[in-house]
Amino acid sequence: MAGAAADAVENLPVLDHVESHLHPEPSYDVAAHPVPTGLEEIWRFTPLKRLRGLLEGAPSDAHLAWEQQLPEGVTLTEISTEEAQALAVSAPLDRLGALAAANAGGAVLLDVPADLVVDEPIRLTLRGTASSDTVWGHVVIRVGLHAKATVLVDHVGSAAYDAFTQVVVSDGAQLDLVTVNDWDDDAVHAEQVNIRVGRDATVRAFEFTLGGDLVRTSTNVDYAGPGGSADLLGVYFADAGQHIEHRLFADHTAPRTRSNVLYKGALQGQDAHTVWIGNVLIRKVAEAIETFEQNDNLVLTDGARADSVPNLEIETGDIAGAGHASTTGRFDDQHLFYLQSRGVPEDEARRLVVHGFFNDIIRRIGIPDVQERLVTAVEHELADV
Amino acid sequence: MSTLEIKNLHVSVDTEDGAKEILRGVDLTINSGEIHAIMGPNGSGKSTLAYSIAGHPKYDVTDGEVLLDGQNVLELSVDERARAGLFLAMQYPVEVPGVSVANFLRTAKTAIDGEAPKLRTWVKDVNAALERVTLDPAFAQRSVNEGFSGGEKKRHEIAQLELLNPKFAVLDETDSGLDIDALKVVSDGVNRYSGQGDRGVLLITHYTRILRYIEPDFVHVFVAGRLAETGGRELADELEASGYDKYVKAAAV
Repeated sequence: MAGAAADAVENLPVLDHVESHLHPEPSYDVAAHPVPTGLEEIWRFTPLKRLRGLLEGAPSDAHLAWEQQLPEGVTLTEISTEEAQALAVSAPLDRLGALAAANAGGAVLLDVPADLVVDEPIRLTLRGTASSDTVWGHVVIRVGLHAKATVLVDHVGSAAYDAFTQVVVSDGAQLDLVTVNDWDDDAVHAEQVNIRVGRDATVRAFEFTLGGDLVRTSTNVDYAGPGGSADLLGVYFADAGQHIEHRLFADHTAPRTRSNVLYKGALQGQDAHTVWIGNVLIRKVAEAIETFEQNDNLVLTDGARADSVPNLEIETGDIAGAGHASTTGRFDDQHLFYLQSRGVPEDEARRLVVHGFFNDIIRRIGIPDVQERLVTAVEHELADV
Repeated sequence: MSTLEIKNLHVSVDTEDGAKEILRGVDLTINSGEIHAIMGPNGSGKSTLAYSIAGHPKYDVTDGEVLLDGQNVLELSVDERARAGLFLAMQYPVEVPGVSVANFLRTAKTAIDGEAPKLRTWVKDVNAALERVTLDPAFAQRSVNEGFSGGEKKRHEIAQLELLNPKFAVLDETDSGLDIDALKVVSDGVNRYSGQGDRGVLLITHYTRILRYIEPDFVHVFVAGRLAETGGRELADELEASGYDKYVKAAAV
């Protein structure tokens, strides 16, 4: 079916190979991604044993239960693995991504046709029905030329779920992709989201991770032409024993493109562990680009650990702006003092500060009920402090 | 009628070289209806006095009492002091990202009054308080003090003073860094608050300029961690003419 790629953005021009341990060569071939030992740069933070055998790649027919709300004109269909692979989006960058694409037995395509402007959000709920299930997923989201849409992907329930998600944002299109990882406590979730941003296209990818025993997501963005813009925004809240890992990679493959990464996390409880990796590569061709990446962590109790690693590789001298920042700390005593000096009790002052910390991102989501739900979820998490 | 009594207050801070005493026995009584100006050179301990009354954890009270209508507020937490009726307008108001002014003010008002303000009148009250200090009501939707100019932060402190209407207000160099228009706006706010008749003001300042707009009942010279002299308005005029040298030299002997 050639149609699967008809609205897609163009394939990238042939780029110079960049030798780097930060971002391996993309490939659909599982054999091209060796089984990790745990010492590799891209695996060293992940507790491999807790992936519940996903790296072994045993076949499974189990699925997540899908519910969807599709506005008129938007379609959800199944396509073959080959059709999905033909799309102009980067191939998997690690073994988990390659395994998901290889084992899912086809992909689900969410298609927003060219020129369609959808005001109401497209809602997909993906529910894990048994924690003992191993589920391979392959999802394609395609937003056509000059189309505009908001897509909510809501992960709930439990499973050991490994997914490869391809996102095509065609030239001039605008996409808000809001992913909520609100799993039950025993879920395992690995996902690679590869986004290709078309010429003058705009994507805002929101990611909220609250639940799950282990969540490891990689979001990789590259650009099919100049003028593309990507905001990668995330909020996470790790409780005792939880491992939450978010890996971001902005690959500036075209001139005058923009990337902005902002992830904010809170941790509480013994062995709550979060990992944030922010990689940016500015290729020789990518002149006059602008990039900023930032990660802020609020450590609420003893016994929690936040790893935060920004990496910036620059191969051109002509850059409009490039920077990164990372902070990890406890409550700012000055904030608490100021609020308390106005009569606000300490516990309420803490709550206000945490809400404020996250609201910076939550308020930017264009779906009011999801905003409310996340504010409530943060409130709920804080009640456990 | 309320009274704020500061008795023999000694306060230290931790430094690399161990505890350093900043306040060395402060005695001062403020009755409601009075405006007391405390003037002193840099480093005399004026701000330490303000923050110690409010309960900032950095300052260690080693001796003395601060009594609000007989209750020793030094035994109270920071928020309990505020609910008891104390207010500190800070020299450097703190930015609290992501917390809107509207949410902050409502939360504070609810805490101080023990019940939520009536929604119907509250929004009007907030807008009016902001407008009185020439802040656009749109400030209510901004994060507390974030991106405010120095003058906007000080005017925001005065708007809070009027909305929370405490028994006693300590103003820590609220006048510093203000241009003349902002200084008038801030002074008008303090005069409205004080003009209620049953509120007390402790106005800490480095300059006499603000006393052209706010009429003090008492002026105190603060040097080397304690009061060196007390008088009326004429003392401020003398300081304007001759500076603090006389007092600093006397304290150094």
